[in-house]
Amino acid sequence: MIKFTHVTKSYKSNIGLDDVSIAINKGDFVFLVGPSGAGKSTFIKLILKEIDAETGSIQVNQKEVTKLTNRQVSAHRRNIGIVFQDFRLLPNKTVYDNVAFAMEITHQTKRSIRRQVPQVLSLMGISSKTDKYPDELSAGEQQRVAIARAIINKPTVLIADEPTGNLDPDTAWEIMRLLDMINQRGTTILMVTHAKDIVDRMNKRVVAIDKGKIIRDDYGAYGFSEVCIKSPEEKAIFNEAVGDRVKND
Amino acid sequence: MINRFGYTLKQSFRQINRNRAMALASTFAITAMMLILGLFFLLIINVNMTAESVKADYNTIEIWLQDKTAEPQIQTMMGTIKGWKDVTSVKFRSKEEALNILKQRWGDSGYLLDGLKKNPLPSSIIITVDNIEKSGPVATKAQNLKGIEGVKYYKDTVDKLIRITNGMQLAAIIIMIFLIVVSIVVVANTIKLTVFARSEEITIMKYVGATNWFIRGPFLVEGIMLGIISSLISVGLIGLIYSRIQAAIGTELVTILSAPLVPTSFMVWNLFWIFLALGISIGSWGSIVSMRKFLDT
Repeated sequence: MIKFTHVTKSYKSNIGLDDVSIAINKGDFVFLVGPSGAGKSTFIKLILKEIDAETGSIQVNQKEVTKLTNRQVSAHRRNIGIVFQDFRLLPNKTVYDNVAFAMEITHQTKRSIRRQVPQVLSLMGISSKTDKYPDELSAGEQQRVAIARAIINKPTVLIADEPTGNLDPDTAWEIMRLLDMINQRGTTILMVTHAKDIVDRMNKRVVAIDKGKIIRDDYGAYGFSEVCIKSPEEKAIFNEAVGDRVKND
Repeated sequence: MINRFGYTLKQSFRQINRNRAMALASTFAITAMMLILGLFFLLIINVNMTAESVKADYNTIEIWLQDKTAEPQIQTMMGTIKGWKDVTSVKFRSKEEALNILKQRWGDSGYLLDGLKKNPLPSSIIITVDNIEKSGPVATKAQNLKGIEGVKYYKDTVDKLIRITNGMQLAAIIIMIFLIVVSIVVVANTIKLTVFARSEEITIMKYVGATNWFIRGPFLVEGIMLGIISSLISVGLIGLIYSRIQAAIGTELVTILSAPLVPTSFMVWNLFWIFLALGISIGSWGSIVSMRKFLDT
């Protein structure tokens, strides 16, 4: 699905990635962790071909990303959904239009837009917000809209760049539950995060990057921490969200 | 495809509507630029016309003959001249004809010439050359003929005139080029502001996988529309100004320079096409230039 082979990317003053090789398989749920400036953003930007690697090969869906032309890049990105920490919704568009916009870009017919957008909004549990504008929504609802926009074109990979960074713990778990659901439907998920408690409790594959190198890549928790989950309610939400999956793994 | 074009068109109208003030400002700026451009254009065309008609009128050389030169000698002289290179026609003008022409030229005061006891004007041979530039060498040769009093040609005067008109044209063209560049910069900046206002949207579009042309389309159409609107306004204004100029001083100019002004309809029609092309290129260039940076990644 995503395969880095000896990828190096350096910037003027520091290293982005240093001879990184890694394979992420279809259906994987991967946490990308590491301190700021470790190379996490570089990793994501390389997948999106926002920047180019100096050496090495990057494959996404068996396609060599480093060799894509400008035209092919847009087609490539349609296979990758992306969610940001700050949601990046268009403030002058309604919830519906924010999601429909991603379909308009791929020149889909009005009819299929009208059919699919409500479906995805309902999947994200925000059907009642269809005609609201982003500033009328809570942070969690905004992130749901952003996820709806990211998955509306049925990407094979969903990249989430600190999707819970701006959310309170309750809402963060709700978002994690949604991401887990999307993952169970077969979408590969690559999530950049600093939230240790989430990584620990989701019990997924964890890739840690530091100073441009992968220093750790295995399944499981980082080391359990109670710090972020304080109340019984939060625990209940967490268990509902990921409890079963933890057992399965 | 039609769906796509419809989207682009709708988006560009929406954009113009959203940034009405900026769209208006740049339309004004381009219109003003084109107006000045058009006035220079009028000037160039008319100066050029005048220069051409002067050139056509003054491609003659007059050889004044001595009174004692006899008829047969004149005939041989004319025969020789006819054989020269670049000479298109040779005509004899008698003393009487010369006096008549002078009388006509004096107009109402022509009767004064009736008092003359003896016709003081010489008879002459009028040579027409195919191009005024050639009149110099022909005149030099004519000076060596026997039985002549003198040779008159207009090359120096016309040269001066042509030098002046050439200078005017060059200056006008330089100013026009400057104006075109300024227009492009103005449009580019206007569109850059619109692009800035939507940079967030553009980033998201790029992440979702929009092609560069999909993103550029609405801005390109916006630029082109601004260009077209400006060109229409400025052509209209120039037509108005030009017809006024013609009405006010047209007839006098005709008599002074013996060259008519270019007719309004011809002028406006030509300007229309030129400005339309110019407007479209200024608009599209402006938007492409301003978007380049945003579409790099």
